Amino acid sequence: MSKDLRNPLARARGLGSAKEGVGHWMTQRLTALALVFLTLWFVITVLGLMHADYATARATIAKPWNAVLLIALIVTMFKHAVLGLQVVIEDYVHTRWLEMTSLVLIKFIAVLAALTGVLAVLRIALGS
Amino acid sequence: MAEFTLPKNSKIQAGKHFPAKGAKNVRTFKVYRWTPDDGQNPRTDTYEVDLDTCGPMVLDALLKIKNEIDSTLSLRRSCREGICGSCAMNIDGTNTLACTRAIDECSGGTVNIYPLPHMPVVKDLVPDLTHFYAQFASIKPWIRTQSPAPADKERLQSPEDRKKLDGLYECILCACCSTSCPSYWWNGDRYLGPAILLQAYRWIVDSRDEDTGARLDDLEDPFKLYRCHTIMNCARTCPKGLNPAKAIAEIKKLIVQRRSA
Repeated sequence: MSKDLRNPLARARGLGSAKEGVGHWMTQRLTALALVFLTLWFVITVLGLMHADYATARATIAKPWNAVLLIALIVTMFKHAVLGLQVVIEDYVHTRWLEMTSLVLIKFIAVLAALTGVLAVLRIALGS
Repeated sequence: MAEFTLPKNSKIQAGKHFPAKGAKNVRTFKVYRWTPDDGQNPRTDTYEVDLDTCGPMVLDALLKIKNEIDSTLSLRRSCREGICGSCAMNIDGTNTLACTRAIDECSGGTVNIYPLPHMPVVKDLVPDLTHFYAQFASIKPWIRTQSPAPADKERLQSPEDRKKLDGLYECILCACCSTSCPSYWWNGDRYLGPAILLQAYRWIVDSRDEDTGARLDDLEDPFKLYRCHTIMNCARTCPKGLNPAKAIAEIKKLIVQRRSA
């Protein structure tokens, strides 16, 4: 193994600042705040449907406000999950190709999963 | 991936035992030993120290060991009064200064002493802090101004503005906090760590400094700054009682403050 002959300062400065990160930080906190209320609403709604039949559940989701809030919950939740997973991967996965692959993969999966959820709610809400 | 076990050549083995013959008031110290010269794995040597002929601090015990029991033990120390930061090490499970940690404050019977965690070891209790110091240099820890210095006096600072440096200027860069931070363990190559970020904030809040924007620009980075997940080990371990986590939070707040939500 050859010794790194760079000055330690060159190594510490590295590629410099990305001049971003505050967006990620802010979005993670805003989505967390939104999820406090959305999750509370969701749990209450689901509890209210405890012994309801399929038709009642469908009708509840189809109500405009419920549909809007459910879509908001789905989108916010997946956004928040991706931001959190990104941090975990950046923290612990240090094999570069594996890190990049998993970072891209979680984003693709989250978008697909969110779109699927949104479409499901829309189909019920718009009655098709 | 993150490594959860030590590599083969870093696994710690049992070491030698040095009993204190004829002593009545004995405390046992288990000390990490490794030397680059003999190709051996690290080991922990056990030293029994007669407290009746030893000073009250852990550093006193270490120096007694070095002077009277085993001169091959290597450690850094200088001021022996908590201001130079040289004798930072992991004592009884916590990073602290050997000179300000009293022996009778340590829990249990045996006092375990290791070098600062997750740093390359030069020998025994001496860690290699080259990268840590380079990271300190990278934040340009000196006053940066646009305006020329007043010709006939120093740059003035109001008592209120001076107060903002309290809790920051006391940092002695012993590296106890940074080496206690899991984020620094896993990503220390890019994450600046609590000590350096506290030092960066010390210049950001200094009312005489005129380069705040550039300082914030340099810090706004997913790795340099945002690896801090407020684990708070830094504030827990700081032997000077400072709160680097708070300084980091203040930097994050300032970066939010200069943009729109």
